[in-house]
Amino acid sequence: MIEIKNVTKIYKTGSVEFKALNGVSFKIEDGEFVAIMGPSGSGKSTLMHILGALDTPSSGMYFLDGRDVSSMSDEQLADIRRDKIGFVFQSFNLLPRTTVLRNVMLPLVYAGVKEEEREKQARSALEAAGLNESHFVHKSNELSGGQIQRVAIARALVNNPSLILADEPTGNLDSKTGEIVLGTFKRLNKELGRTVILITHEHDVAEHADRIIHIRDGIIIEDSREHKK
Amino acid sequence: MNIKNKMKISDILEETYTALLSNKARTSLTILGIVIGIASVIAMISIGAGAQGTIESNIKSIGSNLITISPGAQRGLGLQVSSGRGSARTLTEADGYSIKEEIDNVNAVSPELSGRYQVVAKGTNTNTSVIGVIDTYPTVRNLEIEEGSFITSQHLRNYSKVAVIGPTVSSDLFGEDINAIGKIIRIKNIQFTVIGVTKAKGGSGFSNPDDMIFVPIGSAQRFLAGETYVSSISVQASDSESMTQVQQDITTLLLDRHNISVPEMADFSIFNQADILATASSITDTFTILLGSVAGISLVVGGIGIMNMMLTTVTERTREIGLRKAIGAKEKDINLQFLIEAVMLTFIGGLIGVFLGWLISFGVTYFDILQTKVTIKSILLAFTISASIGIIFGYYPARRAAKLNPIEALRYE
Repeated sequence: MIEIKNVTKIYKTGSVEFKALNGVSFKIEDGEFVAIMGPSGSGKSTLMHILGALDTPSSGMYFLDGRDVSSMSDEQLADIRRDKIGFVFQSFNLLPRTTVLRNVMLPLVYAGVKEEEREKQARSALEAAGLNESHFVHKSNELSGGQIQRVAIARALVNNPSLILADEPTGNLDSKTGEIVLGTFKRLNKELGRTVILITHEHDVAEHADRIIHIRDGIIIEDSREHKK
Repeated sequence: MNIKNKMKISDILEETYTALLSNKARTSLTILGIVIGIASVIAMISIGAGAQGTIESNIKSIGSNLITISPGAQRGLGLQVSSGRGSARTLTEADGYSIKEEIDNVNAVSPELSGRYQVVAKGTNTNTSVIGVIDTYPTVRNLEIEEGSFITSQHLRNYSKVAVIGPTVSSDLFGEDINAIGKIIRIKNIQFTVIGVTKAKGGSGFSNPDDMIFVPIGSAQRFLAGETYVSSISVQASDSESMTQVQQDITTLLLDRHNISVPEMADFSIFNQADILATASSITDTFTILLGSVAGISLVVGGIGIMNMMLTTVTERTREIGLRKAIGAKEKDINLQFLIEAVMLTFIGGLIGVFLGWLISFGVTYFDILQTKVTIKSILLAFTISASIGIIFGYYPARRAAKLNPIEALRYE
């Protein structure tokens, strides 16, 4: 379960202060599929960094599975990312010239999982992400955009995280491939009960989620579950 | 899950291996820098050690525990006009015999009278050193006889006109593979009978023992030089420890015999083989250090090459580092990965470099340029240096990678 309480984030450039988040609060239950939507500059990226334990808030609290993440050290944040969070990025961020399997196994390497165990987990994650087994031994640069993003999803899944954070996952894909990738997230949420948070600026993309949190100028302007047509 | 959260060394090595292989051209060029550095250190040190060995054995081949007395003042206080060493007439055969009789720890004494004469044998002729010697000469100068015999005390008493010739002289006068024993040679138009040929020693320079003719010293004085002095006296001490004592005693004795009260006015000078050896080895030591430091500079340049490549790599792989951090890599994981990458580069470079350096020094020996020695010490030294270069020059880039902020790193274009 995720609980954000009155979170603010202030960036300082010289003497100029910029409030990227201004008192944001919400709760996300396990197994929800949520989209955080807002235009660029709205603070959604900052919110994603805090949710993903890449950054800590200037004030306010962030509880992930009952643990207070907002006051953790860099070391502890790395542990949280490793054990609780799976990232999917707009630009995929796979290791180039490296096989699909090795890419997916990478989080397990840092988690210290035994070698025999790694491949087993990576294979089941790739199957869950819907990638054909014939691609497992291919290098990451030999795949199409849609396939690459599914490898990235498998990588986010492999450490069995409490939360999958997808930052504009369809931003670099054509709309048809984008649909397929979003379908994958939906399936992970519905069939495997994964908590998925989608960060996007596109309404079409956000509509795939069950709940949309609209954010603008660092505050939540709408939190709706009844957007479905 | 927290119990086993350490990355294993085999995992880091695999990451390193993959990273280095993914840019083969750059990796090999960087390694080349280290290879050249290490190879030149190994080769230079081995050449230095070889030169030292060669020079030492050359000096030792003159004779062991040797003290040489030459006429003429060495410490003349600038009063005398120096007339080249050996040309003054102050030493006599009797000086030599008294050294043998009166000084302890003297193994053998060999007074010598050398000169250069035209030597003729049946139409061929050569110009070479003719040395008047006594029967102790082979002992003092480590000379061996190949055929026939050396000059005996009998020959000395009788002023016999006999000669022992070096192998070079033999082939110059009589041709290769011809037995010279019993043949007649004419030195300064006086007939001498060849009674022996010395074994080839293989020397070079001013006094090549293979290109010499030995005659009884009395005969040389009477028939060739026409004087009763000697041009040098060689003394062999019984062991290297007694060299100093023997040298001091000789000085005292000769000063006394020549009626000189002030040692600074001595009309002879004494050379000690150990001094020559020490001088020579200090020269070669300096030389080795010089060569080694030139090679060391190239090693440092190689190290800077590694730092340069690692910094480029860190910049190029900023997003990869960001990703690794996002999926849970700690600072120390990233630090270790990049440090090991640098050390791996120097290690591979060091390995190839040691092999190449050994090959160079083997080549130098094989083509008879110089007898070289690759020592375990120099290999260990090269390895230590290359490993430390990896750590020193890899440290900064690795730290830079580890300190990257994951958010900025992920955004990096």
